[in-house]
Amino acid sequence: MALKIVKGSIDRMFDKNLQDLVRGIRNHKEDEAKYISTCIDEIKQELKQDNIAVKANAVCKLTYLQMLGYDVSWAAFNIVEVMSSSKFTYKRIGYLAASQCFHEGTDVIMLTTNQIRKDLSSPNQYDTGVALTGLSCFVTPDLARDLANDIMTLMSHTKPYIRKKAVLIMYKVFLKYPESLRPAFPRLKEKLEDPDPGVQSAAVNVICELARRNPKNYLSLAPLFFKLMTSSTNNWVLIKIIKLFGALTPLEPRLGKKLIEPLTNLIHSTSAMSLLYECVNTVIAVLISLSSGMPNHSASIQLCVQKLRILIEDSDQNLKYLGLLAMSKILKTHPKSVQSHKDLILQCLDDKDESIRLRALDLLYGMVSKKNLMEIVKKLMLHVDKAEGTTYRDELLTKIIDICSQSNFQYITNFEWYISILVELTRLEGTRHGHLIASQMLDVAIRVKAIRGFAVAQMATLLDNAHLLTGNTQRNGICEVLYAAAWICGEFSEHLEDPMQTLEAMLRPKVATLPGHIQAVYVQNAAKLFATVLRKHDGETESQAAQETSQLLIDRLPLFVQSANLEVQERASCILQLVKYIQKLQQKNVEVAEEVTALFAGELNPVAPKAQKKVPIPEGLDLDAWINEPPSGSESEDEKPKAVFAKEEPKHSRSRHTEVDEKELARRREVRKQEQASNPFYIKASPSSQKVYDAPGVEHIPVVQIDLSVPLKVPGMPMSDQYLKLEEERRQKEKAERKKKEKKKKREKRGKERKADSGPESEEDITPAHQVDIVTEEMPENALPSDDDDKDPNDPHKALDIDLDKPLADSDKLPVRTHRPEVLKSPAEDRDGESVPQETKKKSGKEKKKDKEKDRKVRCRRIQKKMLCSIETRLNQLSWFPVQKSSKHKKKKQKKEKEEKEKKKKKRHHHHHQHHGDAGGEDSVQNGTVEEEEPLPPMSNYSLLAENSYIKMVYDIQGNHQDESKVVVSVIFENKSDSFLKAMEFNVLDSLNSKLQRPEGAGAHDSLTVPFQLPPGVSNEARFVFSVQSIVMPQKLKGTLTFIVKSDESSTHEKLDFKLHFTCTSYLITTPCYSDAYAKLLESGDLKGSSLRLEGINMPFHHLLARICFHHHFSVVERIDSCASMYSRSIQGHHVCLLVKTTVSIDAKCDEPSLLGNVLDEIKQTFSKC
Amino acid sequence: MIKAILIFNNHGKPRLIRFYQYFAEDMQQQIIRETFHLVSKRDDNVCNFLEGGSLIGGSDYKLIYRHYATLYFVFCVDSSESELGILDLIQVNLLQFVFVETLDKCFENVCELDLIFHMDKVHYILQEVVMGGMVLETNMNEIVAQVELQNRMEKSEGGLSAAPARAVSAVKNMNLPEIPRNINIGDINIKVPSLSPF
Repeated sequence: MALKIVKGSIDRMFDKNLQDLVRGIRNHKEDEAKYISTCIDEIKQELKQDNIAVKANAVCKLTYLQMLGYDVSWAAFNIVEVMSSSKFTYKRIGYLAASQCFHEGTDVIMLTTNQIRKDLSSPNQYDTGVALTGLSCFVTPDLARDLANDIMTLMSHTKPYIRKKAVLIMYKVFLKYPESLRPAFPRLKEKLEDPDPGVQSAAVNVICELARRNPKNYLSLAPLFFKLMTSSTNNWVLIKIIKLFGALTPLEPRLGKKLIEPLTNLIHSTSAMSLLYECVNTVIAVLISLSSGMPNHSASIQLCVQKLRILIEDSDQNLKYLGLLAMSKILKTHPKSVQSHKDLILQCLDDKDESIRLRALDLLYGMVSKKNLMEIVKKLMLHVDKAEGTTYRDELLTKIIDICSQSNFQYITNFEWYISILVELTRLEGTRHGHLIASQMLDVAIRVKAIRGFAVAQMATLLDNAHLLTGNTQRNGICEVLYAAAWICGEFSEHLEDPMQTLEAMLRPKVATLPGHIQAVYVQNAAKLFATVLRKHDGETESQAAQETSQLLIDRLPLFVQSANLEVQERASCILQLVKYIQKLQQKNVEVAEEVTALFAGELNPVAPKAQKKVPIPEGLDLDAWINEPPSGSESEDEKPKAVFAKEEPKHSRSRHTEVDEKELARRREVRKQEQASNPFYIKASPSSQKVYDAPGVEHIPVVQIDLSVPLKVPGMPMSDQYLKLEEERRQKEKAERKKKEKKKKREKRGKERKADSGPESEEDITPAHQVDIVTEEMPENALPSDDDDKDPNDPHKALDIDLDKPLADSDKLPVRTHRPEVLKSPAEDRDGESVPQETKKKSGKEKKKDKEKDRKVRCRRIQKKMLCSIETRLNQLSWFPVQKSSKHKKKKQKKEKEEKEKKKKKRHHHHHQHHGDAGGEDSVQNGTVEEEEPLPPMSNYSLLAENSYIKMVYDIQGNHQDESKVVVSVIFENKSDSFLKAMEFNVLDSLNSKLQRPEGAGAHDSLTVPFQLPPGVSNEARFVFSVQSIVMPQKLKGTLTFIVKSDESSTHEKLDFKLHFTCTSYLITTPCYSDAYAKLLESGDLKGSSLRLEGINMPFHHLLARICFHHHFSVVERIDSCASMYSRSIQGHHVCLLVKTTVSIDAKCDEPSLLGNVLDEIKQTFSKC
Repeated sequence: MIKAILIFNNHGKPRLIRFYQYFAEDMQQQIIRETFHLVSKRDDNVCNFLEGGSLIGGSDYKLIYRHYATLYFVFCVDSSESELGILDLIQVNLLQFVFVETLDKCFENVCELDLIFHMDKVHYILQEVVMGGMVLETNMNEIVAQVELQNRMEKSEGGLSAAPARAVSAVKNMNLPEIPRNINIGDINIKVPSLSPF
């Protein structure tokens, strides 16, 4: 027994510690897992002991096991125990373990709050320090909230060691508990000037992190940072500050200007590469943000580029890499400065380090010019040959294509060369980018007419040597090029020297091993070639060749008819039948060539990628309308038509690539051609409409004939090099010629001026080898001149792209009022007004009609915009006092507004004709809300304010959410007389409850000047802001408008009295409400009810709802068969809920009964009018 | 921000991991494996930056690493950190410090084993350099001073008083049948000297 006791105590002494564990694991390499599991068992036993030393030891071992990937979360509680030890040794072990394995999901964390608080306030600074360090790793929102104050106090601790930790951890606290930022910020700012450099650095660190996310909030700290930057000597701090400035300068260009000088000084003075690099980076950022504002920034750019060159030339790969990285930033704005270091960058392409090569490749993209493109690409091609590993090679390939095709082949002077490059690229083994090469081939062949002959010859060679490409079709994508080759040979077969041979190549049995879509193209284009062959032999009676061709097709096509691919099968069998028929005709000696050729007549033009989007919807076509009767409809079935569409889509896209029915296509082509011919808006492919990338005056330069002794057709031999040589020679020659000319010129001009560009020939001097016209891509006829091309499809505004003209359909649950695009206006809308062709007053009837049509198109867009604007305006509304300020900008805007009004007025007259009868008292000033075919009569909330023989005023009132005591009254003034109305002054007799907002300093009875004058027949809108206190009652305010009527001979003072009626409705704001929130609201029991019955209403239910929505600012929450729930909110936050039934009764609830009563009265009134 | 600090050897065995963002253990291991895979195939004379990588975070993040003897020191940082600064940090603060100062060894004799057996100590040093993903201190003297003060404190707490306490508690808690003991006599020889640092 005694022995056992002794043994046990020795056991304790020799408990495995961390080192033993590690050693043990190393000694058990074969059965590591087993060994560790026994260790874990031991640890579990140790954790059960009361001795804290044993526990700490166990936890320490667990930390190690955690690193090896073992989950130790089961010991979380023990870790907390060890953390709460009073001894620093153990506490440290506990906190370390906690920081390694605690996270927000660890439930014992909440037990630690008090322990951590105790440690934070411990007299031992290291207890505090260890707690802070641990906390920084596992702080949760709860901990952050509970401990924020304690940490705040520590920021002013006497020991800098604690201060810096406390400052640093604040960032984590902010992240988890954002509310703490404001109260803590002043102290944090103080710490920027802490005497201890460590604390200072920590504060800089935290603020930099904060500012990186929201730079604009920290602009105000810029002067302080500026001071720090010029005074600090700590490189780490300097780097942080300089990085921060890099983030701030885009927001404040003035800062950038100030920064340039000290940064330049630093660049010159510092010896630390890290600091130098960051300075250069920030200078670049500054220069980018200034872009062109600085007169002498070229010096700075030069300095940067020069320093970067030093970095790139350095033998340290890291510096080289960073130098290239920074260069690429400069490249975007100052390509010229980078281009001068082309040699260096090309050198980097040879670097052994792949990261550096990739960086250099990125730079190349921006460095090519007409002059050096061939040279650069040649170099890249060499790399392609040498490159090991397909990823880098593929990267090279895409880069080559990117570089060549950038900005519409801008830098390519010789397309034959480019085609040769593409053909050479096809010899790459194992590339994934076959389709990329193919699309380039197609693109060039289609768009560069001059090259077609050459391209076709090359493609024919490719087809002939197809076996070289199709080694293992399954694995590599290079056979995709055959797709392009076959298509080009077929489509431009007239350029083929020997169509028969190509045809034979396309019908080889081996073709059947190609992927289906390529076979389909083969078959289709074999037919085109067939047509060409026939035409070639046209006229020869009993042409042997033609008949042989037919026989060839008849022999070979059955192979494709058997294809498993449906498309190949179908095409092959169609064509087979056609050929058989032709053969019969041939045997009867009938001339068929012409007819067969007609099948493929017409030219396929390139179509712009966005063309499909731009096809205007023909008049009278409603894409949302059902073609069939809609299936009996619950809402869930709405998904169905979508699915059908999605299924069909692939078919559509395929038929775009290939012609399904040649005859139909030919017919369509004809029709289209005719249409185009008669359509004055169609831009025909005349030279003037094509982008010609030639230097000015191309015509005067002799076009050099390509020497065709170059062996173009030898497969397997790179020939692009030949072009390079050729090109050089050509340029030499041209240069020489030019020099001669120049000499002459110089002689004449000598003394007068010196040629600025003494370097090598400038960009413009290079002329394309042959005159190349790049066919612009075709757009559909009547393409909408839309401006949304460049919009990101993920743009949230995109969701607002709704047709607002339509009335509420039965199924619509519109949460937002949409019927008042006119009411709110913003500068953006006015801007839009410019783009609309302005209608002049004198127009013949015919013109008007046309304009109307145009208008309709524009209208859609405008309404979208208005929708966006109205939101914007809501936000800005408080600053909308058009009455009070008259800056230049305002005047300009008014002018535009006026123009728009003019237009609108015309519209209005138009509507008067059509609808005035039923619109009753309402004046349909709505622009764009009225459509003839709409079932719902036009609605407007503008009601008549006052009218006399000179002027008519209509008004509308809206509230806004931002301010619960303000409403905006929009008044449209219309000049009905033949005289000029000016000096209009608007005044209202304020009541206790409602007051007109007047500019500061104005008396309570002063009138407001209307900020415009009205020429005869013109109307314009002004807005007036009123403050209201109580909104539960409607109210009327008396007012007067005074103005001067100025005619040719006289001017008179006039006045017009009016009464502004503030209805309770005008205090309501359409607010969307979700049905669950709505239900909760009703359940809350805070609302008082009331109800209303409308008599004699015989309008469709959805019209009724639409009217309530429109006139009374409600939104439909939910609609179930015979009733609908609606919701609105007052500017002061009262909830108004309606339940409208088809029996035309309305049950209503509101937290303010008198408001509700008044709103209901107003609703009743609305419907009594109709 | 520094998102993670990884130290592993030429075979990818982790020697120290410090994540400043939570990942589950298996994810951590996967990140270590992938990082090792990326870093280990690079030559020693290429640059020390690795871009992108879906590893931790995406395009804003970079891996900055140093290969020293048998060990890789890898920092995963976002764009707010200076690349060269971090490299300096690894070089000057971590390497020198870890090996030279704390472990009282010569820089020349540095060896992976030092790290393996004193992972906890390396952590404590690291905590004085980087805290919660942000660089806390770059001044070598300051770091050395703080770490030494803490070690001294630990020694004064442990020392002689610790051993008897341990022995006593062991006797008190002795419950032989329950505690599985696996005494490996051969091990004892090694254990005794290994206690000396404490």
